[in-house]
Amino acid sequence: MPIENVDTDQIIPARFLKATERKGFGDNLFRDWRYENDGTPKKDFVLNNPIYTGKILVGGKNFGSGSSREHAAWAIYDYGFRCVVSSFFADIFKNNSLNIGILPVQVSEAFLDKIFKAIEANPKTELEVNLPEQKITIVGDGASESFEINGYKKHNMTNGYDDIDYLQSLSSDIKTHAEKSIY
Amino acid sequence: MSKTPAALFDKVWDSHVVRHIEDGPDVLFIDRHFIHEVTSPVAFLGLESRGLKVMFPEKTFATADHNTPTINQHLPVQDPLSANQLKALESNSAKYGISHWGLGNPKNGIVHVVGPENGITLPGMTIVCGDSHTSTHGAFGAIAFGIGTSEVEMVLSSQCIMQPRPKKMRIKVNGKLGKGIVPKDVVLYIISKLTAAGATGYFVEFAGDVFENMTMEGRMTVCNMSIEMGARGGMIAPDETTFNYIKGREKAPKGEAWDKALAYWKTLKTEEGAFFDKEYEFSAADIEPMITYGTNPGMGIGITQHIPSAKQIGSSKASFDKSLAYMDFHEDDNMIGKKIDYVFIGSCTNGRIEDFRAFASVIKGRKKADHVTAWIVPGSHIVEQQIKDEGILDILLAAGFQLRQPGCSACLAMNDDKIPAGKYAVSTSNRNFEGRQGPGARTLLASPLVAAAAAVTGFVTDPRELI
Repeated sequence: MPIENVDTDQIIPARFLKATERKGFGDNLFRDWRYENDGTPKKDFVLNNPIYTGKILVGGKNFGSGSSREHAAWAIYDYGFRCVVSSFFADIFKNNSLNIGILPVQVSEAFLDKIFKAIEANPKTELEVNLPEQKITIVGDGASESFEINGYKKHNMTNGYDDIDYLQSLSSDIKTHAEKSIY
Repeated sequence: MSKTPAALFDKVWDSHVVRHIEDGPDVLFIDRHFIHEVTSPVAFLGLESRGLKVMFPEKTFATADHNTPTINQHLPVQDPLSANQLKALESNSAKYGISHWGLGNPKNGIVHVVGPENGITLPGMTIVCGDSHTSTHGAFGAIAFGIGTSEVEMVLSSQCIMQPRPKKMRIKVNGKLGKGIVPKDVVLYIISKLTAAGATGYFVEFAGDVFENMTMEGRMTVCNMSIEMGARGGMIAPDETTFNYIKGREKAPKGEAWDKALAYWKTLKTEEGAFFDKEYEFSAADIEPMITYGTNPGMGIGITQHIPSAKQIGSSKASFDKSLAYMDFHEDDNMIGKKIDYVFIGSCTNGRIEDFRAFASVIKGRKKADHVTAWIVPGSHIVEQQIKDEGILDILLAAGFQLRQPGCSACLAMNDDKIPAGKYAVSTSNRNFEGRQGPGARTLLASPLVAAAAAVTGFVTDPRELI
C-alpha cells in the first residue's frame, strides 16, 4: 500500500467504533477504501486482490497518524496481520501495535522503496521479519535491513509478557509516588 | 558544577517517573485520567478478566461525548450501539466509583472542554485520555497526550503508563497577529510548515509573544492540534493568564492548597539555555487566515493563496493526487470563491465560548446563506449557557441559525451529524481526513471567523472583508 499518511480513520472509520467488545474489527479494516457504499468490494484495492497474501502489511510513510483509536491496531490484527512495515509510524499507533502484539518495523525510505519496487515487479515477493535478530529481508532479492525496537518491548513480545502485569509488580512504588503528589 | 538548564517538559516529566527501565520506556505516574464511552469499554473488560481493581478511582473522570446526539438529548438515544456504549460508561463508572458526567448532566460536554472548565486540568500535571486530542490540556503547562485502550487499562489498574521519553521541540512565534487572525490560523500555519508528520516523536513547547498574549481558550486550540503535526503533545508555560483562568473553578485548589500549588506552578518555566532537539521560529506577520484544501491537516494555505503542487509541499505525487481527487480540487485553484454546502462550528478544537463570540462577531446583522446547512455545537453545557447568557444565541437566531446540544458531533461523525458524500464543509474541527465527517464528505479546516464568513456568503470568503 504505497500511500503516505494512512490515518487511523482510513484504517477503521469512526462509525465502526461502537462495539463494547474487542471482536470483528477486521471486517471493517480499510472499510471505505475496500468496499463501495453498497458493500461491493472495490476491485483495485490491494486487499481485494487475491494475488497478495501474508501477515505483513507494507505502508507508505507516516502510517497510523491521527486518532488514538486502538481499534485501528485491533482491525489490522483481527484481519490477520502481525507486522506492519513503513518508513515512519505515528507514535500512538506504534505504541498501540506493540501493546497488542503487532510488530511495527520501521525501515529507511530507500529500503521501503525497494520493497515496493520488488512487490510491483513480482506480487509474490516474500518478506521475512526476524524479531530476535531485528532484521527484515526481501526473500529472493536477499536485500535486508536491520530495525530498532527497545529491549524491554522485544523481551515482552518474544515472551508474550505485557505491561499490565509488569505495572502490577510496581504497585508499592506507585503508591509511594502517589502519596508525595500535590494533586 | 552548575545544573543543566531544564525545559518545562523535563520538569514535569521527571517529577512523574516512577521507574526508568534501561533500554525501555519510563513508568510514568498519571495525575488525571479522562475516559469516554468509545475507548474505555474494552479496558474495563480487560480489568475484569484479570480480576483487577481501579487503583485510584478519584483520579479518573468520565464524560460521554463521542457518539452522543446533539438534538433531543432528553430522549433515549436511538442508535442501539451508541446507547450500549453510553450505558457501559455509566455502569463501569458506577461499579468502580468513578465520577461520571453522562448525557443530561449539567457538567456534560466534550472531555477536553469540561476538564479545563471545571478546574480538573492543572499546571504541572500528567494527563491522559483514550483520545488523541488530549494534547489540549497542555495549554496549562501539563504533559497531556492521547493513549490507546490497552493503556487506558494500565492507568485504571496502576495509575501509570509506560512511555518512551519523547524528544523535545520548541516552536516560537513572535510578533503581532493581524486583524482577523486567530489561534486556529496560527496552529494551521505551523502544521502547514511542519507537515502532518513534522513533529512525530517530539513533545512540543509553544513559546513567544503570540502564545503569551493568547487567552487560555486560544492556547487550548493550539495545543489541541499539536497531534495533527504528529507531536506526542504540545505545552505552554503557565503564567498569570493560566492562574486567573483556573482560580475559583470548581475542582481547582482553594485556600492554602491554592497558595502552595501556585508557588510550584510559578517554577514551571523553561530555563535559559535548556536543550531542544529541534527548534522552529515563525513570524506572526506572515500568518493570514488559513484554510485546508487536502486530506490531512498539513495541507493548509493562507486563504488568499492558490493550491500548491505536490513538489512544493514535498509530498509524493501519488498521495497528493489521491488527496486532490478526493476533494475534487486542482493544483493552482483559488480557494476563495469555492462553494460551500455545510458549516460546522464546535469540537474540542473550537467549541469554547471565545469561538462562538468570534463566529457571532461576523454573522451579527447578516443572514445565513440559503444553500448552507450550519451545525453550531457548543463544547459543553457550560459553554451552551454562556452562549445564552451573553446574547450570542439571539444573534444566531436572528441570522437564521440554530444552536445544537454539546458533543463531538460532526468532528468525527459517530452520531447522526454526518456531512453527505461529495459535499463541502468548512469546519472548525481538527481533521480533514477522507470520510472523517461522513463517508465521502469533503472537509475544509478553518477558524471560527472563516467558518462564519462561509456561513453567511455560502462561499470560501476572506473574513477580513467582513469584520
